[in-house]
Amino acid sequence: MAEKEATRVAYGRKLAELGEKYDFYVLDADLSGSTQTAVFAKKYPERFFNCGIAEENMISVSAGIAATGIPAIASSFAMFACGRAFEQIRNSVAYPNLPVKICASHAGVTVGEDGATHQFCEDMAIMRALPNMTVVCPADSASTEALVEEIIKYDGPVYMRLGRYAVPQFYTKGEVEFKLGKGIVLAEGTDVTIIATGIMVAAAMEAKEILASEGISAAVIDIHTIKPLDVELVTEYAKKTGYVVTTEEHSVVGGLGDAVISALAESACAKVVKHGIDDVFGTSAPAGVLLEHYGLNANGIVDKVKKLLNK
Amino acid sequence: MEKKTVLMLKERAAKVRQHSVEAVYGAKSGHPGGSLSIADVITYLYFHKMNIDPKNPKMESRDRFVLSKGHCCPALYSALAERGYFDAEELKKLRKLGAMLQGHPDMKNIPGIDMSTGSLGQGFSTACGMAAVAKRKGYDWKVYTALGDGEIEEGQVWEAAMFANQYKLDNLIAFVDCNGYQIDGAVEDVMNPNPVDDKFRAFGWYAQVIDGHDFDEIDNAVNNALASDKPSVIICKTVKGKGVSYMENNYSWHGKEPKDDEYAIAEKELYDAWVKAAEDVKNG
Repeated sequence: MAEKEATRVAYGRKLAELGEKYDFYVLDADLSGSTQTAVFAKKYPERFFNCGIAEENMISVSAGIAATGIPAIASSFAMFACGRAFEQIRNSVAYPNLPVKICASHAGVTVGEDGATHQFCEDMAIMRALPNMTVVCPADSASTEALVEEIIKYDGPVYMRLGRYAVPQFYTKGEVEFKLGKGIVLAEGTDVTIIATGIMVAAAMEAKEILASEGISAAVIDIHTIKPLDVELVTEYAKKTGYVVTTEEHSVVGGLGDAVISALAESACAKVVKHGIDDVFGTSAPAGVLLEHYGLNANGIVDKVKKLLNK
Repeated sequence: MEKKTVLMLKERAAKVRQHSVEAVYGAKSGHPGGSLSIADVITYLYFHKMNIDPKNPKMESRDRFVLSKGHCCPALYSALAERGYFDAEELKKLRKLGAMLQGHPDMKNIPGIDMSTGSLGQGFSTACGMAAVAKRKGYDWKVYTALGDGEIEEGQVWEAAMFANQYKLDNLIAFVDCNGYQIDGAVEDVMNPNPVDDKFRAFGWYAQVIDGHDFDEIDNAVNNALASDKPSVIICKTVKGKGVSYMENNYSWHGKEPKDDEYAIAEKELYDAWVKAAEDVKNG
């Protein structure tokens, strides 16, 4: 397995690379070093706008740029890009259906020591609720790089969730095709389906191995696009295994778990349990410690599976 | 500006006012006060200044206009209809189910609308984004925007003002429609934004103060602004409800429609004003 890397790092690198291939502008709000848009800014200063600490303006400026027909990529921490500027995203971006890509880093609890004010665990719930919005949450570097290109090619608003914390790499560049709205089956299984997104995909793969050693066969699906959800794939595996555990570094309110439950509600073809951050605020600690603290790891997933299967 | 141009603009503005109040009356809701105060600026832009083509609303090289005070769209819709972007019959369907003309501007479905607006402050930032593209790409189109003097209480407006100065958006011209009132009362009483000109100057802008109902003053100010190497703001002193006697300077007309008897008065006053303006055009 390759060395660990944060998805924001892969994002910054790929953005700078794609600058040659596509015409787009990049905006940041005084966090370009952290979000990694600085890599693009250095290469293409004439296509970059640092908006200062003013996220609301940044999002609406992005909308104005996009209204001229050129995509705009706006980055900040998830808390500010999506949280603070929510209404700008809704009214300036989503309602007019403009090609603004909000690439928000430092999502979830893995922000770490900064604590609850900066650990945004509700962003996907909020973005999912918006008409016209596509919500993307890549798992590692290779998937991030592929999906950054997909969202630039896509003519509409996108929210992409990126992390600060260096995570394990398991996709090999070019080996898997990443298409918006299409989930990826990473492992076949017959007893339960683990549906994961973002950095929990790696943990789900680990959990699968642990479960296998205990005689439980788990399928694993990477849902990198929370909205539109790959309902067909989710339903197929829910029906096939009868049991589903969703896992995300996000609140269990309104995120991947609720998206899956909504999709399966009508057919009620599986029992579903959500794994994620319970309806609470985060706290300060190193990211790795927090993942343990909140059970956001393979063991946490294994526990949920066993409880669900009564084993 | 030539006298005949001024007379033409006065006649067009009178027509825009007639349509605006008629549309709000028909919709049984909407914002007549601010529509009437900004009507002259909008008329000036759409009937004289802007490089636009109603037959090709999305012409790439066009000048852009963003009505940041989006609730005053009855005036903008009326100007667009009179300019030939769409049939004036649409104005009668304003705010009704299935209508093209939404309660606030919708760029996706209304020909001639350059940006969807309505939530205050956001349009101003989007205008900055458009101007920034033109500046960076070397396009010579200009971006005009109009804000209310209540709207500038929004913090986002000042974020955008800083942005425009930082990126030297000398192709951006903002009008602030200073009619002195917002929903809850006089702006000084609710949350005093004054002095507006000095605030913008402090943010690095070129600021001028004019009579927002005087076409010569509007034209002079815009030409000065175009010559300036800074982002420009034109503070327009205006009368809220201009042209309808009982609406003038009465903030209760910010956001409600006239009832039948009230409309009869407004209709007559605006019609008479238009007849006079049309005669002036004829007589030169």
